[in-house]
Amino acid sequence: MKNTIRTLSSAALLAATGAAMAAPDLGQATKQATNYTAIIMFAVFVVLTLFITKWAAKRTRSASDFYTAGGGITGFQNGLAIAGDFMSAASFLGISAAVFANGFDGLIYAIGFLVGWPVITFLMAERLRNLGRFTFADVAAYRFAQKPVRMFAASGTLVTVLFYLIAQMVGAGQLIKLLFGLDYGVAVVLVGILMMVYVLFGGMTATTWVQIIKAVMLLAGASFMAFSVLAMYNFSPEQLFAKAVEVHSKKDSIMGPGNFIKDPISGISFGMALMFGTAGLPHILMRFFTVPSAKEARKSVLWATTWIGYFYILTFIIGFGAIVLVGTNPAFKDAAGKLLGGNNMAAVHLASAVGGDVFLGFISAVAFATILAVVAGLTLSGASAVSHDIYATVIKKGQPAPGSELRVSKITTIILGIIAVALGYVFETVNVAFMVSLAFAIAASANFPVLFMSVLWSKCTTRGATVGGFLGLITAVGLTILSKSVWVDVFHNKTEIFPYTSPALFSMIVGFAGVWLFSVTDKSKRAAIDMAGFEAQEVRSETGIGAAAASAH
Amino acid sequence: MDQDVVQRVKNDPNYQKLVKTRSRYGWMLTWAVMIVYYGFTCLNAFDKEFMGSRIGAGVMSWGVPLGLFVILFTVVVTGIYVRRANSEFDALTDAIQRNAAAGQAAPASQTNAEPVKVRA
Repeated sequence: MKNTIRTLSSAALLAATGAAMAAPDLGQATKQATNYTAIIMFAVFVVLTLFITKWAAKRTRSASDFYTAGGGITGFQNGLAIAGDFMSAASFLGISAAVFANGFDGLIYAIGFLVGWPVITFLMAERLRNLGRFTFADVAAYRFAQKPVRMFAASGTLVTVLFYLIAQMVGAGQLIKLLFGLDYGVAVVLVGILMMVYVLFGGMTATTWVQIIKAVMLLAGASFMAFSVLAMYNFSPEQLFAKAVEVHSKKDSIMGPGNFIKDPISGISFGMALMFGTAGLPHILMRFFTVPSAKEARKSVLWATTWIGYFYILTFIIGFGAIVLVGTNPAFKDAAGKLLGGNNMAAVHLASAVGGDVFLGFISAVAFATILAVVAGLTLSGASAVSHDIYATVIKKGQPAPGSELRVSKITTIILGIIAVALGYVFETVNVAFMVSLAFAIAASANFPVLFMSVLWSKCTTRGATVGGFLGLITAVGLTILSKSVWVDVFHNKTEIFPYTSPALFSMIVGFAGVWLFSVTDKSKRAAIDMAGFEAQEVRSETGIGAAAASAH
Repeated sequence: MDQDVVQRVKNDPNYQKLVKTRSRYGWMLTWAVMIVYYGFTCLNAFDKEFMGSRIGAGVMSWGVPLGLFVILFTVVVTGIYVRRANSEFDALTDAIQRNAAAGQAAPASQTNAEPVKVRA
């Protein structure tokens, strides 16, 4: 541990979308001394997951097994897996770091991630389950001309997945460098290889179980930390907060909102990106196809919401625990009084403070496992977009040769794995938080409007869905380029053209307005077919009649 | 799906009831979540002072319990919906599916038989 440690944000910002708003300094993680306890713990996890993959491989024969675990995951299991997708290393390290640095602001950030779930439950989950089979494009393109809508949906999926993947890979490299003392390159390749093994051999079954195990480990670890912290203050939050206010440099202001919400428009725009982006993330949407019925789909969101809500409350306590136990302990700081490894390591240092070296190793291994599980899910959803939407439906017109679809998805998995490793390597210094906020903004502005309108609006047409979707996608990317994080920070212009932290408020309006405008002005023959197909789609989406056959294997 | 089945389902009173009740319920709860979340966001944006002010003699501010309330509200409101959907709405859906299947199996002259009714 050299004294040159700079503020690391990358690691946790990994997905710490909120960091895009909090705008912390970015820097590189400094390589740490090799942590053998953590490596052994992680090795145990890897061996366990490889056994699961071997078991899952026996059950992964058809395309349906590969994409959706044959529809045989229960609501409770799926809920844990969804929660696992959401409780990324970013949520854990990033939110606890935000609480450690600014107190209450970290809570505002966490809540943004949670509020999309009820909306998904009330309006989307059941309809998705009733209409779809493997990908969200199955739903979006249900009554439309397959080619244009599938091409859009596959683009939306791949762009979202790619930005998310880069963020996770870069985050993984930084985190591993910090926690395990491995080289960045080694770390990225290791993540790439393990992830490919899970997906290639175990498909969705292995990917889901890896995610479930990790979710349980993370929930258990975080519960232990929060419990230990509260136990030190007689289980009185008031005593904990009082001590935190006393020792924190910002004193009283950690108990109220600070600079996280800069202006109301940014706040609302960012809130919309998180809320509706969740309903447009392809790797989350595909989880609704792994359960056997709409009832199980609903149960899985309830479980997911419960676990995620519980987890964010724990993270808040962990952040305050870090203020009183880590922030006051010189052993965790460098000569300049900064936290070793940066603020994102607050939770990791707290693990050492409450549970010693062994627990520190455990939490480090969990953080790595988290990234691995999320990356595997992302790759699987990208591979399904290529093999199911582009290859099987568009190129082979829904009649692929037996086994060929599965082969294409495996080849795509390998290609995506290589691309992910390469991009992770190239973008080592990129601001990962910004990558993730971009992924959420695109999901909210392109995928979500098309999905929503095609399912709920009878007059939506092929042209409207395709053009509107692409308009939303382009606006989200364009406004992001014009915002401070790219226009000033990357292109070194003096002032940004787009003044807000998230484009979602504007790009979502463009997406929805585009779908509407290009549908109502569509007088083509195809438009008539599209609108005539709504009745049958509506009946199936509301009742599941006709869907049962799709999921019975 | 067969156009006949579609029409039969659409004419089933259970179906009309399901669609109407569920969609109204879903949108009502969606608006509730929107109001709570964006209300919380607006308080944080417009009245930072209130959110940071102390409730009583201790350091506890108004913001912390309100934030926890938003989290609990999110979970509880999801639970409320799922509970009703998994009992009442699913019972209606089952009845609709039975009617659709019965109509399909029966000869044309009997397709107008009284649909199964569900108390919901």
